[in-house]
Amino acid sequence: MSEAVAEKNYLNDPKGWKSWVFTLDHKRIGILYLASITAAFFLGGVFAVLIRLELLNPGQDLMGPDTYNQIFTLHGAVMIFLFIIPSIPAALGNFFLPLLIGAKDVAFPRLNLASYYIYVFGSMFAVYSIFTGAVDTGWTFYTPYSTETQTSVIPMTLGAFILGFSSIFTGLNFIVTIHKMRIPGMTWYKLPLFVWALYATAIIQVVATPVLGITLLLLIFERVFSVGIFNPDMGGDPVLFQHFFWFYSHPAVYIMILPGMGIISELIATFSHKKIFGYKAIAFSSLGIAFISFLVWGHHMFVSGQSELAAMIFSFLTFLVGIPSGIKVFNWITTLYKGQIHFDTPMLYALSFLFLFTIGGLTGIFLGALATDVHLHDTYFVVAHFHYVMMGGTVMAFLGGLHYWWPKMFGKMYNHFWSVIAMILVFVGFNVTFFSQFILGSQGMPRRYYNYLDQFQPLHAFSTIGSWILGAGFIIMAIYLIHSLFKGRKASDNPWGGLTFEWATGSPPPHHNFKVTPKMTHGPYDYDKVLVEQTDY
Amino acid sequence: MSESHTHPAHLAHHFSDVEQQRESAKFGMWVFLLTEVLLFGGLFMAYAIYRAWNPDMFYNAHKALNIYMGTANTFVLIASSVTMALSIRSMQLDKRKQTIGFLIATLALACIFLVIKYFEYSHKFHVGQLPGKYYSYTGIKGTNPHIFFGIYFGMTGLHGLHVLAGMSAIVWVLIKTVKKKFSAEYYTPVEMVGLYWHLVDLIWIFLFPLLYLIG
Repeated sequence: MSEAVAEKNYLNDPKGWKSWVFTLDHKRIGILYLASITAAFFLGGVFAVLIRLELLNPGQDLMGPDTYNQIFTLHGAVMIFLFIIPSIPAALGNFFLPLLIGAKDVAFPRLNLASYYIYVFGSMFAVYSIFTGAVDTGWTFYTPYSTETQTSVIPMTLGAFILGFSSIFTGLNFIVTIHKMRIPGMTWYKLPLFVWALYATAIIQVVATPVLGITLLLLIFERVFSVGIFNPDMGGDPVLFQHFFWFYSHPAVYIMILPGMGIISELIATFSHKKIFGYKAIAFSSLGIAFISFLVWGHHMFVSGQSELAAMIFSFLTFLVGIPSGIKVFNWITTLYKGQIHFDTPMLYALSFLFLFTIGGLTGIFLGALATDVHLHDTYFVVAHFHYVMMGGTVMAFLGGLHYWWPKMFGKMYNHFWSVIAMILVFVGFNVTFFSQFILGSQGMPRRYYNYLDQFQPLHAFSTIGSWILGAGFIIMAIYLIHSLFKGRKASDNPWGGLTFEWATGSPPPHHNFKVTPKMTHGPYDYDKVLVEQTDY
Repeated sequence: MSESHTHPAHLAHHFSDVEQQRESAKFGMWVFLLTEVLLFGGLFMAYAIYRAWNPDMFYNAHKALNIYMGTANTFVLIASSVTMALSIRSMQLDKRKQTIGFLIATLALACIFLVIKYFEYSHKFHVGQLPGKYYSYTGIKGTNPHIFFGIYFGMTGLHGLHVLAGMSAIVWVLIKTVKKKFSAEYYTPVEMVGLYWHLVDLIWIFLFPLLYLIG
């Protein structure tokens, strides 16, 4: 903020650290979340690099089996609960949802701030557990091992329980905001598709997360009082824990991917300068995914002793997820067709999403098929599939969104050249790291082991090198993004030529979002009716 | 956005009118109640599964619960729901003192509920009708009776915590009522606490027959 004439915006008005710590402004809360999830991503990333380093050679190099179990558990727990679940909704969603619907704030600003501090509080429990004998159960906390291990299960599960409330409050806030805070004239079918995606996400957050809450509470009871509900020696059933856990955690993977899909819809339309194809199909496929997500949890238990009939039904229902996901991918591709495509950095991320998510989604169908799953279950194939969807999907979309909205959030442009270099490194590094794991898995390399047979070494080494390329990409990204904050060129109000409301206000936006309340004069993707000027070419 | 018009003190800056604010609060509260139902849903699920697996044990174990105290508590909570509803009604009619009276009555009934619950719990602690490894009672026939008490204490304990949370919320609106923050125009927080209190009551209405009236 070193300009001679400092314009008033949400970043510099009001001033003082207290105005940030106690802020009720959704934009500032979004920035607080963004900083926190970035820290979590860094922590989880360090664990990931350590895992890959241990796996560079067979045998024990860096850490023993027990430490390895703790490190991969922490990688999973931190990335899932601290990074990816809050990533898009709580950081970018918080910042942009009110802007996209022309509102001054979310419906409950104080609840919004509370959700942030609950997130911080829950994260502190998770970090505390790292220093008091980190958990080694895997992020899924399966019983009976999680009730017997000597590591600190309770602080981590309590942390996840508290983080769940943060997620519920964000979801609740978004549902009410989308229902009640739209400006007059913005009907449901004029909502930007990112808002539809956030809405579908919020429904899952609100409906699924309480079930995780009670599951983790029961696990804590089990450890503290040995209630016996999950203990077969005492008449309980450990598979019941898996049912409870996946009833939340399968929908939770859609909490992670749906907002990413929403960002992709925005990016594809803006950078194709074309009306999005199949608006309603994309909007309803988000709700469709949210609905189906509650019916497929059993596909995590094909080899857990579930009845064959149940497994068949879950397998069939799992295939159904492919339909709305496919609808989205085809609509995005059709939007590209005959569009005026601009290959800016956000669009490059959107295109890599299309490529990587399709691979991730397709391999999900393999895993949903019963016979194939019995072969691939608990192998690196599952690891690769999950990372293609979560990192190739959600993280790519998050990075796309971050680069798309960065000029709006901070009023500064990042270096174009370095952003493309970083994007290429991330894309190449990702594929090197994880495509090799599909092959490893199909050859029988089981997941969650610190050691392996010599025959797997070349592919493991290849994957480890990929993790270094990925790391280099992220380091470059961190450098040019931080650099842009201080030395970046000033961004215009609408650098990409978008039609949604956030581009109609200042970069960065003023404290109350809009100087003049925007009016619904056109739909969010009416590139056929409105001529927008792009200022950044 | 009609900011030039009269702007009541209780209207937050980001809402365009009082109606929008009230509707949002109400909608948000109902969504929150939905999450509460799902939180208890997990326990109801556990109850259903273990009762289906051990029908005789559940029947035998439920006899250890004190049906008189359970019934008394059911009436106490229903009465508290009535006084809660009346306090909202009084506020709508701008009768502040009556509201205060009904809120205090609700609090008193909630206390009676907890006292009765205390006597029930302490009896069970005394005879060893406890969850899991702490179960030391020998008078119940059937498989794994400790599971029944695990579920009993889990469900009623979580419900008890909700009673405490509800009481704190009632104290909060009581203080605000005394401080004259509410009127016939603005009483949304009282209404929201009322909704929450009815849910707490309603959960007990389900717990009572499921735990005390098996047979």
